[in-house]
This record gives sequence, C-alpha cells and structure tokens, in this order.
Amino acid sequence: MKKQSKFIIAGTATAAALLLAGCTTLPSSAELDKLTMDVAKASFRDQGIAKTDRLVLDDANRECMVADASGKPIDEKVAKSIEAANMATIKWPAGGYYLGDWKQGERIAQNGRGLTWSDSAGSSNGGNCYNCHQISKEEISYGTLGPSLYNYGKIRGVKNPYAPESAAVVQYTWGKIYNSRAYNACSQMPRAGHKGILNEEQMRHIMALLLDPNSPVNK
Amino acid sequence: MKKLILVATALGTALAMGTMGSALAQKSAADGIAEYRAMLADGNPAELYEAKGEDLWKKKRGPKNASLEQCDLGQGPGVVKGAFVTLPRYFADTKRVQDLESRLVTCMETLQGLNAADIAKTPFGRGEMANVTALATWVASESRGLKFNLSQAHAEEQVMYEVGKRLFFMRGGSHDFSCASCHGEDGKRIRLQDLPNLTKNPGDGIGFAAWPAYRVSNGQMWSMQLRLNDCYRQQRFPYPLFGSDATIALGSYMGVNAKGAENIAPAIKR
Repeated sequence: MKKQSKFIIAGTATAAALLLAGCTTLPSSAELDKLTMDVAKASFRDQGIAKTDRLVLDDANRECMVADASGKPIDEKVAKSIEAANMATIKWPAGGYYLGDWKQGERIAQNGRGLTWSDSAGSSNGGNCYNCHQISKEEISYGTLGPSLYNYGKIRGVKNPYAPESAAVVQYTWGKIYNSRAYNACSQMPRAGHKGILNEEQMRHIMALLLDPNSPVNK
Repeated sequence: MKKLILVATALGTALAMGTMGSALAQKSAADGIAEYRAMLADGNPAELYEAKGEDLWKKKRGPKNASLEQCDLGQGPGVVKGAFVTLPRYFADTKRVQDLESRLVTCMETLQGLNAADIAKTPFGRGEMANVTALATWVASESRGLKFNLSQAHAEEQVMYEVGKRLFFMRGGSHDFSCASCHGEDGKRIRLQDLPNLTKNPGDGIGFAAWPAYRVSNGQMWSMQLRLNDCYRQQRFPYPLFGSDATIALGSYMGVNAKGAENIAPAIKR
C-alpha cells in the first residue's frame, strides 16, 4: 500500500496540498493554471526522441492555452506582442529563392510522419499538410481543420511568383509556413520552420506546390 | 469468414467511391465505413476480452490468492454494474481521483498483492497490463446502455476537471498541438476521419463513451489509457505515465462533458 501511494500520488501531492491549505472552494484560476503545469510535469517521461522538455511552453503557447481554456479570445496587446516575437524568428530563404519543385512538395504535404516518440532521430519529417487542408483536387482524403488551399496561387493572382506584384503573397506564404503565429497569435498551425519540422529546401517545395502556376493546385 | 468477405467488399466499395473525387463521393466513403463498422459490430471481438475480464475478476490470483470480487469501483465493494459511467471519481482510501484502470490496479495491489508500480510500467498488451485492459473492457460492458454521470461533489473532482480542461488546451511539443487542435470544434476531420468535439457532450457512444474499443486496423483492444497515450504520441508530446494525474484529469474533463451520453463501450473502431 505504501509503495503504491508513493508511486501513484507523485502528481496529486500538489492537488492535495492546495486543498489541505484550507480551500473548501475551488482554487483560483491562476492557482489552477500553475497546478496544471505541475501535474503535467509529474505525468510524462522521456520516450525516444520525445523528451519532457517538450512540455516547456513558450509565451505564445502559454498565453493561448490560458485564453483557450477560459473560452475568451486572447488580449489584443498580448496577441500583438506574440506576433511580433514570432515574426522576428522567421528566416527568409537564401538568395531569395522561394520556390522549389511542386512534385516534391506534394510528397512532403502527403507525409504526416516525424517527431513522434516512435520516429527515429534524423529521419526526414513530413509536412502533415493534407491532414488539415484540401490542397490538390486529385487528393480527396484531406482534413478540414484548416482552410482549403486548392487554387491557392491562382486565387491570389500569382501568374509569375518572381514578378514584383507577387512578392507580398509569396513572402507572406513563406512566413506563414515558417511561423504561423507571426500572423495569428493563436493559430493552430504548426510552426514548420521555427520548430525545425521542415528544412528550408522542404519549405521551398511546399511553396511551389501552393504557388507554382504549373502545380496541380493552381489548375 | 463470410463476414470478413463482406467487410472487404464494403471497404473496397468505400475506396472505389473515394476515387470519384467529389464531395458526394466523400460522404459515400464515410457511409461505406459506417456500414463496415456496423457489420463488424455484429461480432465485436471485444466480447473475447469481456469474457477474459470477467474471468479475471472472479479468479483467485496473485500473492494473496484472492479475486477482485471485493474491489470497490466507487459503488461499494463488488458492485460493477453502473460503475463505469461514474468514473473517474474521488476515492477516500487512496485520497485521489482515479479512473477505471488506475482503480483496477489499486485493487490488484490491495486485494491480490500484485505490485501496482510494476503493472503501471508494463507496456500495453503485455502481462498484467493486458489483464487490466481486459478487466476494464468487462467493467465497461457492464454499463452498456447507461448514461454517463460523473460526480463533481468532491473538491478534488472539481480540481481534476479544471486541470483536465487546461491540459486539453495545452499546446506543446514540436508541433504545438493540444487535444483541442483536433477535438475542439464540431464537424472537423483529419484526412477522412471524423473528429468528435470533446469540449462538450459529443453524443451517445462517441469519444469518452466508446472506449475501451476493439481496433480492427491493428487487431488490438485499446483501453482509454492507451487511447490517450496514442493521442499524445501523435501530438508529439513525451510519454504519459499510465494512470498519471494528467490522464485522469483528462478523463474527468471528457467524462463530465459527456454527462447524459449513452455508453456503448466496448465499441469497435476502424
């Protein structure tokens, strides 16, 4: 019995402590926020490449978590500061070459693998794109968590991605893929560049899939 | 055998429709999958685990050579019927909120003399952990058709709900995913897989009211702890400890949200 309590209760000690401190009513929201992080810390262990440092939240994730859990939109000033901090992380592509090969982009968009505890270190990650977005019309097994990206470039009038009039859309698209939170503080989209999910070359291929006039996305 | 062939045909039809490339075809693909599940439900292999679980409940085992028939799942020693739809709940003897699986492990230790810490460290599907899953499957089946009704009377139960809610929205890992990334809105999908909105009552037999479930795709019986474990794997989180407070808090959140939903567990999944 003693052995069991020691093992299982590790996480609850904090919960119990809060209550024993004389709270017959619920702890405050801030106390519950702190308790949640303590519970998380006690509830996970390293497995493969997925280490417990993944539970350390940056400002963007912490603020968005609190806002989401409370059901209220994030404070506008906090949102602006998150967006500015994330904007500053964006690395623009070397030599201004934004577009790679849409065919390779399609393969990366299809691939949802990488960075789980059952994946090995150093393996090439997928972009997970089709899990949430419609992209090319040929692939009907697409998710709906994100908006449709079918005709992405065409709708935005991109005829030549390297023409000056395309620059704003092209740069925004790179930035959005690199770090979505630079444009929307609590976007649910992974930060592919900032978090090292995709490398620069892979990002260029995804860019081509979305913006190359020859990509099936823009047919 | 006939059933297997029928299943293959249904899947084939679903896939063939899937290549037609219209919104209509997608709906039909989903219908085809639903049909396939309905056919499988006729002979849900979870029944085998139910039978194993019932046997394990009644059998004298462990260093104390005792059965689990005096195990208290919250409705008094030995009361199984109706227990599942009230868990997780607070237990005075362990002074903590426990879900079905962690409670079963407590009973295996106190009544049978098995080592709870060793069981918790055993991989899913192996040794005593496979027994916990079978026991959970049977206990869940004894509440089939009953409506979820978790207590929020004890302060610890309220705290666990609040912690669970926060964990549900906790974005972390390499991809910044939270539970809510996939399960926070109505009518969403990953690829063609429909996603229940677990921030409210998702309906009878959906989400928390469906697990443990038999998974046809890998031929395994999955408990709620394993369901959460694999969600966290796909979220790119580190590994959640079996019976940890985070997993139980999430159970409290989903279970309280599911109030009034009818339990169909053990269900069958693709």
